[in-house]
Amino acid sequence: MNKIWLIVQREFLNRVQKKSFLIATIILPLIFPAIMAVLVYVSIQQKKNAEKETVQYVDESGLFVPDTSKFVFTKLTVPLSEATENYKKEGGFALLYIPKLDLYNPKGVSLYTRVSPSPSDLNSLEQMLENRIKEVKMQQFHIEQRMLDSLKTNVSIHSVKVSEAGEETSSDSKILFGVGMAAGIMMYMFIFIYGAQIMQGIIEEKTSKVVEVIVSSVRPFQLMMGKIVGLASVGLLQFLIWIILITTLSSVVLAYFGLQMPQQQMTEQVIQQQSQEQFKVLSALGQIPFSYVIVTFLFYFLGGYLMYGALFAAVGSSVDSPAEAQQFMFPITIPMLIAYFGLFTFILEDPHGPISVWLSLIPFTSPIAMMGRIAFGVPDWQLALSMLLLIAGFVFTTWIAGRIYRVGILMHGTKVNYKVLAKWFMMKG
Amino acid sequence: MQALEANHVTKRYTNHVALDDVSLSIPPQTIFGLLGPNGAGKTTLIRIINQIINADAGEITLFGEKLEPRHIGSIGYLPEERGLYKKLKVGEQLTYFAQLKGLSRKDAVERSKWWIRKFEINDWWNKKVEDLSKGMAQKVQFISTVMHEPKLIILDEPFSGFDPVNAQLITKEILELKENGSTIIFSTHRMETVEDLCDHIALINKSKVILEGSKKQVKDSYRSSTFVVEHTGRIGMLPAAYEVVDQRILEGDYHRSIIKSNAAKPNQLIRDLTEVTEVYSFVEKIPTMSEIFINLVKGGSDE
Repeated sequence: MNKIWLIVQREFLNRVQKKSFLIATIILPLIFPAIMAVLVYVSIQQKKNAEKETVQYVDESGLFVPDTSKFVFTKLTVPLSEATENYKKEGGFALLYIPKLDLYNPKGVSLYTRVSPSPSDLNSLEQMLENRIKEVKMQQFHIEQRMLDSLKTNVSIHSVKVSEAGEETSSDSKILFGVGMAAGIMMYMFIFIYGAQIMQGIIEEKTSKVVEVIVSSVRPFQLMMGKIVGLASVGLLQFLIWIILITTLSSVVLAYFGLQMPQQQMTEQVIQQQSQEQFKVLSALGQIPFSYVIVTFLFYFLGGYLMYGALFAAVGSSVDSPAEAQQFMFPITIPMLIAYFGLFTFILEDPHGPISVWLSLIPFTSPIAMMGRIAFGVPDWQLALSMLLLIAGFVFTTWIAGRIYRVGILMHGTKVNYKVLAKWFMMKG
Repeated sequence: MQALEANHVTKRYTNHVALDDVSLSIPPQTIFGLLGPNGAGKTTLIRIINQIINADAGEITLFGEKLEPRHIGSIGYLPEERGLYKKLKVGEQLTYFAQLKGLSRKDAVERSKWWIRKFEINDWWNKKVEDLSKGMAQKVQFISTVMHEPKLIILDEPFSGFDPVNAQLITKEILELKENGSTIIFSTHRMETVEDLCDHIALINKSKVILEGSKKQVKDSYRSSTFVVEHTGRIGMLPAAYEVVDQRILEGDYHRSIIKSNAAKPNQLIRDLTEVTEVYSFVEKIPTMSEIFINLVKGGSDE
């Protein structure tokens, strides 16, 4: 036990003392929001600054009323053949041709361009025409816009979660969806990143031959567990720093916006409306028990990492190079991928459906699947069962990995396949 | 009491037997040469002594006690395939290895510093291993093998990778360790090392011990009463008790003959020789370890 502790310490210090750890830990949580912010900013600026393109048009129907919010329109009074000839010679953004139209079956509208038009441009032109035709039809049917508007009603369901204790909490599934997705994706990434690190560390020890010296002092199983646990402690430390960083950052950001908002010039009504919306979002956010989500996340990260980490360790011990490891990575990746795609296809759509429940119970998929469900509320018995199964799963994979590891680390230059792995597994001490 | 005794140790793998009923006895405070061709089973035996793997049958005792995990601290092992953590500093590395062998952190640091001073490599303490030359790294590895003052030191091809100067330094250290009471197992196929350093040897071939004993015993048992004689003129007739195995001209009238004596003592041979020729030198042809090794291993493979 004492020796495992030594290895854990060594492994922890090795990683934490590296510059890359510091960079990853501090920069990463800043870098993603920063990239997003830059992208959003650039796209807003682009839209704002973009000059409107000129669309030339030939209108034989006499219906078209240009809407100049997106494009500048120039009407051509020449016939189409001449217009296209000119367009071919002189170029320009686009040439729109509207023939005489049957309002109930409008056909033959064409757009001539030098380069393929973007879907959004095409879309806005189509919409412009559709709206115009609608207007004309409304006039024909003597429908007024006012009547149409009064037909439209907006219903938004206020969902309230009722617990057995009789508490009522309002929930916003969109936000829960977001939380579930973020937690699931993060779980997937972390298990992979940390698992791969274990594997790499073990391959390094094996190729540098240092492992034979170490196993003359400690049992191979102690070495493996020391490495796995050491890296887990690095992961937990990293999380802790991230959580602290993110909470401080977000409270700073919230405080900043909180000050900014009222200063903007708005009418009373708008302020009221907006703050009501804001209040809804904030109260829904407040309803999510974040500490509960974070604690379960940590548990599933640890459990999932330990379970997959052992498998990654077994793979690392049996090969001589990362390239060779690829062939064994596939079966490890499959259940992770199932859980990952399950997250988007079933779990977030229907967090309480049977597939979602099963995926969140099976240890190989549960870390990711449960993260997708957790914010929606999971019955206690399911959570407890899933956690127990995860612990059992990690004991099981560690046992298998230990048996392969103790043989694998001493083998060099053997061609390893599944048959060989099975042989190592069966080999007695 | 022997430093190490192996009794009927057997290790089987799925397709072959790595050690077949191996028994050895290593006297304390000696340098013991564990010899044998590649794949004979030396590494398997060493790994069993180091408790890296377990024997299927048989028993090993260390200074009279059955080998147990607590003995790890009294064994030092330098594997043939050397390895250190490349990214770790020399000081941290030595301290870590010593701690794994059971030393307290304080002792580990103290001992590492002491050895670093002894090898006059003080300024390496904060260097990463990847910045050291191969020979330098070998020194660090040697220190890590012996710094916890093990009673049994196992060195697998200890001189590979050392230049002559460093090899001499290490030889000096090994002899000093022996003087201070350690027992050393040498696994090697360099016969000149065996000739120079080893007191006892065992030869393993094809998973079996085919020869064991003190170097003198072994050599004595392979004496064949053959003599190398330098003399003038060709030897024509000798009594029937002798057999001239080989005779060749060295220079002018000088000849060198190899004469096998079937029954007669050396003195008698000299007497008989002086009758027929002028003797300049007379040496008994004692087999070198290398010859014994090749002879036995080749002979074994002919069976």
